[in-house]
Amino acid sequence: MKEIGIISGKGGTGKTSIVAAFAGLAKNAVFADCDVDAADLHLVLEPKVKQTSDFSGGKQAFIIAEKCIGCGKCKDLCKFDAINLNGKGNDIVGKTFTVDPISCEGCKVCVEFCPVDAIEFNDQINGQWFISETRFGTMVHAKLGIAEENSGKLVSLIRKETKKIAEGQKKDLIIVDGSPGIGCPVIASITGADLVLIITEPTLSGKHDLQRVAQLAVGFNIPVLVAINKYDLNPEMADQIEKDALEHNIKVVGRIRYDKAFTKAQIMKCSVIEYTCSAVSEDIKALWRNVIYALG
Amino acid sequence: MKIAIASGKGGTGKTTIATNLACSIADMGKTVQYLDCDVEEPNGHIFLKPEINETQTITISVPQVDAEKCTGCGKCGHICQYSAIICLKGTAMTFEQLCHSCGGCMLVCPAGAITEKQKEIGFLEIGTANGVKFGQGRLKIGDIHTPPLIKKVKANALREGIVIIDAPPGTSCPVIEAVRGADFVLLVTEPTPFGLNDLKLAVSMIRELKIPFAVVINRSEPDEQLTNQYCRDENIEVIFEVPDDRRIAEAYSVGKMIVDVLPDYKKDFVGLYKNISKRLEGTQRNKTT
Repeated sequence: MKEIGIISGKGGTGKTSIVAAFAGLAKNAVFADCDVDAADLHLVLEPKVKQTSDFSGGKQAFIIAEKCIGCGKCKDLCKFDAINLNGKGNDIVGKTFTVDPISCEGCKVCVEFCPVDAIEFNDQINGQWFISETRFGTMVHAKLGIAEENSGKLVSLIRKETKKIAEGQKKDLIIVDGSPGIGCPVIASITGADLVLIITEPTLSGKHDLQRVAQLAVGFNIPVLVAINKYDLNPEMADQIEKDALEHNIKVVGRIRYDKAFTKAQIMKCSVIEYTCSAVSEDIKALWRNVIYALG
Repeated sequence: MKIAIASGKGGTGKTTIATNLACSIADMGKTVQYLDCDVEEPNGHIFLKPEINETQTITISVPQVDAEKCTGCGKCGHICQYSAIICLKGTAMTFEQLCHSCGGCMLVCPAGAITEKQKEIGFLEIGTANGVKFGQGRLKIGDIHTPPLIKKVKANALREGIVIIDAPPGTSCPVIEAVRGADFVLLVTEPTPFGLNDLKLAVSMIRELKIPFAVVINRSEPDEQLTNQYCRDENIEVIFEVPDDRRIAEAYSVGKMIVDVLPDYKKDFVGLYKNISKRLEGTQRNKTT
C-alpha cells in the first residue's frame, strides 16, 4: 500500500479540487482530508458519515471559584497569559482567578502549583472526526472545534485511522489532502508518506512558497513531485518554476490549464473530471498517470 | 489601531488586500506598519519589496538537562503534557521540537538539574517600503513553533499609528495568535463554495474572539451572489468587493501591487481604510457612553 500527500505551501492553488479529481480516477483508494482547519473535500465527495468520534488533543485547566484564595500563583507561573482576575467572588476573596480557554495550552503548571488544589485538569474535546462513505470509496475527515489547537495531532490521528481502513479493505493507495503552510499540520500530513505532490501556481508567491515547502519535504526524505495549476496565466513564470525545480532535482509532472470549470464543478458538487471532458480534464488525467507511474 | 487581515481558506487574497491597504494609507501621509504574520509562507515582501535593515534571530526557551545532577526521578516527564521531556533509563531526555516553553519541568525538578536554553525557531526582519514600516516573521523550515514566532512579530507593533497584520490562513492556533488583540478584522474570501465554507468557519472563530469584523469578497462576480446572501442573512457587512479582473491576476503573478498597476483602485483602498476607522470611532464612542 502506498500513501501520497498533496500539499501546496501557498493556499488556494487548487489542491482540494485536484484531490477530488484524483478520487474519481483512483480505482482502489481511500481518502483522508488532513486540512482540518479549513476542510473542503467533503463539499465535493459528499460523504455519508458512518462513524463519528470525539477528538481530544489535550487537557485544559479550570479554576473552581469556590476554592480559589486569590493568591495569584497561577497567574505568576502561566507562560501563556491565560489567567485573569475576573471571576466571581467567594467567602475568602472578592474576585477569583479564571482560565481563558482560548489562551490555555494545557501545560498543567498552574494545577501542580496551586496551594489549595483549586484547579481541575480535564480532557478537552477539540473536535470530531468521521469515517464516511463516498461515491469513490471510504474517506476519513474531521472538524476541528472553533478556535482550537492541536491540529497536528488530529492530522496524525486521521492518517492512522485511514491506514487501518486501507489495510482492512485491502486498498492499494491512500490519498491525503494536506493544508497550506509548512508548519505543524503539514509536517503531520507528510511524514512517512511515499510521495508528496506539491500543487503550485505560476505566480511569484507560488514560486516562493513552493521553494519553502519543497525544502521541507526533501528534509524529511520524501520524494517530491510538482504540478503547476493555472500554468497558462503566466507561462513564462511556469517555465521558470520548472527550471528552478529541475535544478533541485524535482520533477514537474503536470501542467493544468486555467479553467472556470474548477469553480463550476465546486458549485455542482462534483469533481472537474465529472463536470467536463474538456482539455483541463485531460491535463489532470495526464498528471494522475505521471503520479501513479512515479509511485511505482 | 490594529487591523488584521485573515481568511479561512488560503489563497483568497489576504496579502493583496493587506499590502495595497498599507500602501494606500501611507499615501495619505499616515504612519502605517505592515506585519507579515503568515510566518510559514510570508509573501508580503514580494509586493512591498522592502529594504530590510535589521534581522533578528527569534528563539524560544527549552529545557536543558544536566546529566550529572539528574537523579532520574521522572517528575519532569510526568508534568510535561507534550512529551517534550521524558525520563528513560534513569536520565531525562528532551525533544525540543515538541516543547511549549511552559517551564513546568524546571519548576518541578527537585535536583535543579534543568535549566533554560534558547532554541532558534525563525527570524524577524524589519525594514521600510515606500513609506510603510515593514516587519515579517520567517519560520525556520522544519520547525513547528508558528504561534510563538507570530507573537514575537506582533511584539514589534507600533504603539501609535495604524498596524496592518497579515494573518496566516486557517482557523486554529496560528490565526488566533495573529488576530488576537486586533481592533478590527477583515475576512477575505472568494465567491466559491470552498471560499464560503471556510468563511463560515472564520466567522465563527472571530465571533468567538469577539472582535469587530467585516468581509472582503475578492475576485467578485456579479452573478455569484451566494457569499453576499450569506453575509446578509448573518448580518455581516461586505465592506469591499474586488472584481474578478484578469489585469489584477497578472499583476499579482509578477509581484506588482494593484494600486501601482491600476491606480484607480487607490481610492477604493483609501475608502476601505476610512470606513474601518469610522466604524472603530463609533465603537469607541459606544464604549465610553
